[in-house]
Amino acid sequence: MTIDPSTLTITEAHRALRAKEYSAKELTEAVLLRAKNKNPEINAYAELFEDVIESADLADRMLADGSAGDLAGIPVGVKDIMLIKGKISAAGSKVLMNHRAVYDGTVVGKLKSAGAVILGRTNMDEFAMGSSSETCAYGPVKNPIDPSRVPGGSSGGSAAAVAMGGALGALGSDTGGSVRQPAALCGVVGLKPTYGAVSRYGLMAMASSLDQIGPLAKTVADTEILYRAIAGHDPMDSTSVPEGHSSRRKGAQKERLTIGIPESFVAMDGIDPDVRENFRATIEKLKQAGHKVQSVDLPSLPHALAVYYILMPAEVSANLARYDGIRYGYSKESDKLMEVYMRSRALGFGKEARRRILLGTYVLSAGYYDAYYNKAVAVRRMITEELMLVFSKVDVITTPTTPSPAFKLGEKIANPLTMYLEDIFTVPANIAGIPGISVPSGVVSRENTYLPVGVQFLAAPFCEDILFAIGKEVERVRA
Amino acid sequence: MLTKEDIERLATLARIDVSEEEKKGLAKDLDAVLAYVSEVSKITTESDTVPRVGELRNVMREDADAYPGGEWSEAILANAPHKEDGYFKVGQIF
Repeated sequence: MTIDPSTLTITEAHRALRAKEYSAKELTEAVLLRAKNKNPEINAYAELFEDVIESADLADRMLADGSAGDLAGIPVGVKDIMLIKGKISAAGSKVLMNHRAVYDGTVVGKLKSAGAVILGRTNMDEFAMGSSSETCAYGPVKNPIDPSRVPGGSSGGSAAAVAMGGALGALGSDTGGSVRQPAALCGVVGLKPTYGAVSRYGLMAMASSLDQIGPLAKTVADTEILYRAIAGHDPMDSTSVPEGHSSRRKGAQKERLTIGIPESFVAMDGIDPDVRENFRATIEKLKQAGHKVQSVDLPSLPHALAVYYILMPAEVSANLARYDGIRYGYSKESDKLMEVYMRSRALGFGKEARRRILLGTYVLSAGYYDAYYNKAVAVRRMITEELMLVFSKVDVITTPTTPSPAFKLGEKIANPLTMYLEDIFTVPANIAGIPGISVPSGVVSRENTYLPVGVQFLAAPFCEDILFAIGKEVERVRA
Repeated sequence: MLTKEDIERLATLARIDVSEEEKKGLAKDLDAVLAYVSEVSKITTESDTVPRVGELRNVMREDADAYPGGEWSEAILANAPHKEDGYFKVGQIF
């Protein structure tokens, strides 16, 4: 039986492994071969591991003795920002090129005990700061659909790995859209779970009040399998929400969902007309399928991006203070301690990381703290309250995932502000700590190439189930 | 508008050396972002602006032997640029 990694889903691979149509070892070899063939051009992986066959053999034993779950023997990629014991964990930065993880992050441990085969670590923007995966110290990642274009970011390597058939699923991290935006640009599904739903123990911190780990895969069902494998309370992460906590309310399961559209937000300038038309067409199909669509009023939503670009750099400037050239990471020698700090950080960090650290230092400095940071915190609360009010009337809120399809390499890298505008639709979920999913919604034509675009749905905290339900509806009505 | 001196002050606070030629570009980039994000200052919010991010709750553990001495030392020190006799080694402080 031939295995085609470019179309194979986790669900189908699991069925075939159970039916003994092929072994986990054969599946791993097939996907690894595909990854090795595609990687020189796409650069989705920073490293493909040497010891994957051992993991596959372990999965084959699980399959033989009946202890195998949905992920046993499934080859996956893990973003280079999550610790995998004994492997280099570089977060796409020159600072950590030689940093070897001392322990497994919780999500990595969960994947391993589920029998998943971690093929390698995927490339990303340095310290997850970017929307194009061009700031990666291992070189830029290319979009498998059109290698002259970016895959999105910062989890561009994870999205590209799945899209090129070099993994059946992958993990990314999403601080302002870093799972959903690359998923949309590469034509795969990406989920940002509720803040506190997935442990971040062993995830390098970028902006701690916003970061969340999320899965990417070809289908919504596959994304759901990965999510269920990594979710759950973890005493090692104080922001992870305990089981049974009052905030873990479940949304009611219903056949027909009420979908809210923030009309004025979606009608904003700067949104590609083809993307908007694709969005309208998707919503029309959902309406025809019996779902109720209504306009919702979220007047503060357009401010989410400005709030994000105050809070995120503020937290970045604090979190990245740890990279000082003393305990680990890039170090420039000097006999004076202060010079070690100043030079290691100047030469280790890339341009965008330095820019954000300085910006964060500015908004937190005396005299500007109230005008920027405190004001942004207050507006964050306004946005969150508006969203929660709307979720008492609708099941999901929908927008396009990105304002445009994949752009060319080099097109936006010189102007930080244009790059930041990529996050306009994805940032609100991080600001409010709510879950969001991006599902492929078709293609738009550019220079004789069909580029994928995504539709995004947001739901109330811990209502991931509703996102999976509506996501499967999008797949159904588009089929 | 950020001046060259502003960038120098931020760079010192952030412990990052910034070269002369980079200062101008950074000032321009930061100005553009600050001009965009200052829209928040025009928004009317309630007076209660006590920074509160997420839900606050204590996470406690038993005050017992959570970290057995030396268990991780070797693995952790393996990543250190300079070390000596089980310690991180740093240059002159003053």
